[in-house]
Amino acid sequence: MKPVRYQTLAGQSGGYWILLAVLAALVAIGYAAAHYMEVHGHYVTGMSNQIVWGTPHVFAVFLIVAASGALNTASISSVFGKGDYKPLARLSALLSVALLVGGLIVLVLDLGRPERLIVAMTYYNFKSIFAWNIFLYVGFLLVVAIYLWMMFEPRMNKFGKTAGTIAFIWRFVLTTGTGSIFGFLVARQAYDAAIMAPLFIIMSLSFGTAIFLLVLVAAFEWTGRPLDDDILRRLKNLLAIFVSAVLYMTLAYHLTNLYATEHHGVERFILLEGGVYTTVFWLLQVILGSIVPLIICFSPTLSRSRGALVAASILVVIGGLAQVYVIIVGAQAFPLVLFPGMEESSTFFDGAVNDYAPSAPEILLGIGGIALALLIAVVAMRVLPFLPERLGEQPSATSEPVTAEAATS
Amino acid sequence: MPSNNAKSNMNTERRVFIGRAGAAAAMLTLAPGVRLVDLALARSADEPASDQMRWGMLVDATKCAQGCTECVDACNEEFGLEGMGRPKTDAQYIRKIDLKDKTTGKRYSLPVMCQHCETAPCVDVCPTGASFRRVDGIVLVDKHICIGCRYCMMACPFKARSFVHENLTNQVPEAPRGKGTVESCTFCVHRVDRDREPACVEACSKAGHEALVFGDMNDPGSRLSQRLRQLPNRQIRADLGLNTGVRYHGV
Repeated sequence: MKPVRYQTLAGQSGGYWILLAVLAALVAIGYAAAHYMEVHGHYVTGMSNQIVWGTPHVFAVFLIVAASGALNTASISSVFGKGDYKPLARLSALLSVALLVGGLIVLVLDLGRPERLIVAMTYYNFKSIFAWNIFLYVGFLLVVAIYLWMMFEPRMNKFGKTAGTIAFIWRFVLTTGTGSIFGFLVARQAYDAAIMAPLFIIMSLSFGTAIFLLVLVAAFEWTGRPLDDDILRRLKNLLAIFVSAVLYMTLAYHLTNLYATEHHGVERFILLEGGVYTTVFWLLQVILGSIVPLIICFSPTLSRSRGALVAASILVVIGGLAQVYVIIVGAQAFPLVLFPGMEESSTFFDGAVNDYAPSAPEILLGIGGIALALLIAVVAMRVLPFLPERLGEQPSATSEPVTAEAATS
Repeated sequence: MPSNNAKSNMNTERRVFIGRAGAAAAMLTLAPGVRLVDLALARSADEPASDQMRWGMLVDATKCAQGCTECVDACNEEFGLEGMGRPKTDAQYIRKIDLKDKTTGKRYSLPVMCQHCETAPCVDVCPTGASFRRVDGIVLVDKHICIGCRYCMMACPFKARSFVHENLTNQVPEAPRGKGTVESCTFCVHRVDRDREPACVEACSKAGHEALVFGDMNDPGSRLSQRLRQLPNRQIRADLGLNTGVRYHGV
């Protein structure tokens, strides 16, 4: 196989600076939103003593889950030895780090006491999956950083497979930890299910692949790099498999709950009578976020269109956010059952469906997290050669690379 | 004529009797007004809680009056819980829940607060260990290491916890609160450590209902234990096997 030439972004164009400025502004706005929430207290958000986790958690969990899946392409190349994906391994690892940092920042800034992050790093209760996740997240950043070093440094290339394998195992453990945040909650009707861990793993593969596909197309098209449709076709097939698998897991989850009488209430709520949650589930998660992308991916004509693939990926991202919204907020909107068989009412909203409307600060904080992830990626691609000059077997370009290095695959 | 053996038995019995009587006398009166029993129960501030006891409560729903909020009011006053006029974010350590049986239509009214579980889900999930259970069974939040992640609120089956959503003023010295941290019923630990009953229990008695009984579940002689033995009682969400410290009768 020909050596792959990597090249940094030139970063001279007006477009690059505008992109940078927009992302930086969104990050600044996100931080300002978090600051506003911290100064005034969480009453300025839509969150309450009923809906304790809201929109920031939806964005954070989505980004953290997607981070794990964004490493897919690197894993396929390093762990499963598929050479065609090798030129994209660096971008894949970069995105996974960037998305994780973006998600973690949102999570931390939503804490009631974000300044006590050091407490979270020094006091541990090892029966808490949250405590384990702190290790898993920080460890993941470290493992992928080392993996990137093995890929960048020609003398260390031989350790790439080992580092890639460790990162591959680590991300499965990490997403198991993230899913178990919900799986281990015995109190709530919608949680307390072992399927949460595998469901989150398959969600990560789907969301991560969609985001990777979007960043890949944008990075190549905006920098005028040749991009072979062959790699897009492969990624599209992967995406279709992952989206189908998420649908299957979702089906298995609901079927199991539907069989158990004690869960009929929450199932009726999410699937039929939950108002906005029912709409978000069926319209955004299932139809727009899963079925339409599947139609695009499996359609012989549509799937040949790059625009249609981009649209499918955007839909998967929207569907992913919708799915996490239903999992996190929808599950809390359904009241806790303290006395089965009784109608409950109180001044603390017992027995009542809890309403929640995302507030501007929450949404801005979440968008700030996405912007931070993209900003990290865009700056990193400018500083270090993450992107290959080209992808596919087209004739070589004549322009001189700004920075280039070769690596054999 | 008694044998030597019987004689020795009599002597032993006499010694035991004299010993016990002496101990009883000492326990009753050490000095005028000071009883040894009290000395054994009251703890000095630097003495740790004892794992020999487990504080608990019985809620007798048959005595709890519909519409009465004496316990809730007393709690709010004790902890300085001033509503901000925002019911969704205002803290409630104890609340009255009205129940109606879906089949029979029978109505119940009872207070629900932190159930002080033996294996508390909030304690399990807290990443920093800020949610903890004292050896005497009282579940508390260490507000110095609570980071405000609210995972405990997600985990609590009883919706017993509140998050401080705003800046606070007029705090009560005995029970400091903190913006951005989670809080809940403490069984009035500041009172219990001084041999007083929780504010809700006191208020319920004062109102003449006697629907709340507080005490040591491990002491078979305590009023609580006696009532728990007399009255059929249950735990909320008993299916979770959490062995709650609060039990309910009449529902």
